[in-house]
Amino acid sequence: MSMQQTLPLPGVAPERTGGYRRDHLLVAEMVRPGSRVLDVGCGDGELLQLLESRGIDGRGIELSREGVNGCVAKGLAVVQGDADTDLVNYPDDAFDYVILSQTLQATRQPKVVLENLLRIGQRAIVSFPNFGFWKMRLQLLIGGHMPRTENLPASWYDTSNIHFCTIKDFVELCEQINVKMERAVALDLYGRPVPLNLPWWVWNMFGEQGVFLLSRGGKGK
Amino acid sequence: MSNVRPITSQPIPSDDRAHEADHPSSLVAKFGMDQPLKLDCGVDLAPFQIAYQTYGQLNADRSNAILICHALTGDQHVNNTHPVTGKPGWWDTMVGTGRPIDPDKYFIICSNVIGGCMGSTGPASLNPATGKVWGLDFPIITIPDMVRAQAMLVDRLGITTLFCVVGGSMGGMQVLQWTAAYPERVFSTLAIACSTRHSAQNIAFHELGRQAVMADPDWRGGRYVDEDTHPHRGLAVARMAAHITYLSDAALHRKFGRRMQDRELPTFSFDADFQVESYLRYQGSSFVERFDANSYLYLTRAMDYFDIAADHNGVLAKAFAGIKTRFCVVSFTSDWLFPTSESRALVHALNASSARVSFAEIETDRGHDAFLLDVPEFLDISRAFLLAAGKARGLKGDGQS
Repeated sequence: MSMQQTLPLPGVAPERTGGYRRDHLLVAEMVRPGSRVLDVGCGDGELLQLLESRGIDGRGIELSREGVNGCVAKGLAVVQGDADTDLVNYPDDAFDYVILSQTLQATRQPKVVLENLLRIGQRAIVSFPNFGFWKMRLQLLIGGHMPRTENLPASWYDTSNIHFCTIKDFVELCEQINVKMERAVALDLYGRPVPLNLPWWVWNMFGEQGVFLLSRGGKGK
Repeated sequence: MSNVRPITSQPIPSDDRAHEADHPSSLVAKFGMDQPLKLDCGVDLAPFQIAYQTYGQLNADRSNAILICHALTGDQHVNNTHPVTGKPGWWDTMVGTGRPIDPDKYFIICSNVIGGCMGSTGPASLNPATGKVWGLDFPIITIPDMVRAQAMLVDRLGITTLFCVVGGSMGGMQVLQWTAAYPERVFSTLAIACSTRHSAQNIAFHELGRQAVMADPDWRGGRYVDEDTHPHRGLAVARMAAHITYLSDAALHRKFGRRMQDRELPTFSFDADFQVESYLRYQGSSFVERFDANSYLYLTRAMDYFDIAADHNGVLAKAFAGIKTRFCVVSFTSDWLFPTSESRALVHALNASSARVSFAEIETDRGHDAFLLDVPEFLDISRAFLLAAGKARGLKGDGQS
């Protein structure tokens, strides 16, 4: 989990505002002050720190020992654990929000994980790299290779990202499991929002990652 | 078979040890008939005494006290030369100037557990009613009893809330009992290599140790002091068996392998040909010099009875409902006595109680004993946790380093 969370990898640095990453600020803005938050795959705790600075009661799960150690050093309440196996141990409605940042694609069962997020939390905030991003498409179409980008530099044989999807795929999954999308934002390579008034296919093409605020219910099956 | 040596060649009547049981080289808090210790077995123990050591200074608002809870065969001598063995304190890696638990910053308390043999009332102490050593007349004690006695000591020291309660193994059990029994008195806890209940396998190992002691003819039904003997062979065997459980296969292999002890060829006898045998014999014989056999029976029993969930209708999370204490739980990958799964069960219960918990599993091949050793990652985490908790507590000098 830390691999994804400790973006940026060589090449692109997400833009920062006031010392915080743009994508983190976007997530933080989606969280109501005073609420309880679980950050699944919290990496070195940068997002949790931002949330706590805003009076949010935060907890984290992180797979890597280095990540956990770094979080404990920052005074954060983080436990070592795995999104695939450990979410089942959290009771229903334990949190107001459960955040899964840049981790969904590294889980073995993304659908089960997503369902667990919305069981544990009233709302979930999920961000993931968009495999529909134009650079990805181009590499497969022209180069004939599995795509690699600045933010996802690993080769197919050594990547921990085993379940890539596009923004369109994710939207379809949410509809399938009856999850309501309260807000959706696509970010470009630098963590800047893609303009809101553009159609979905543009997002799916030019969004490097998608950030979704989800809640239970929705359209019904 | 003339070269067969028993584990210890002759009894070691340690006058120092016997003396420490009633007249410890420590501070002593005495509780009279008017302040009995109410034991889980129904007995009111009075009078009784608690032997303890302190390091550092209590600050003006009494907010910097750390209570260290010792493990099964530990004692209050955390960070000073041991009065019986002359060895350094048992937790010099964790406690001391520049260490995570620094006497320059914190007021550190460690008391010998009730039932122990280093100055707190236990089976090796004199029973004032008879003028003889308690022996098996001493009532059965539990982990909650130990903690109840510590709480009386902390009251006596004028401390309302402990900044942190720290301990590994049996000490970790006491840490968890503190949070379950006195949640409002514990600001933070560091619970290391422990469990909320003793497993069947661990009870089995303890029973093995107790049977070894009781099988020694010198045990004399627990009255060995009156009869001027000591079941040193039985206690040494108990220690040898237990010591194996504190290590790991990998650690034993790395430390000893199949290497021979002061010889190149096997002697074709039952002498200690292998280094690992020699090491275990040494561990056994040095242990009996400083530890009382009956005390070993009582303390292992206390661990066996420990089960926090049992006191809360079998639901562990209820023990910690609504708790504000900051938890740091640590386990070690190669610990098979208190494996990581036990710590995870605790963490799950704490999560279900919405407690503020950090949990780290430390990679090491040194087994259960890792918490006593120089394992940098473990010590770093402990230091970081205490610093962050100190900052939240408003302790001076914290959060700046």
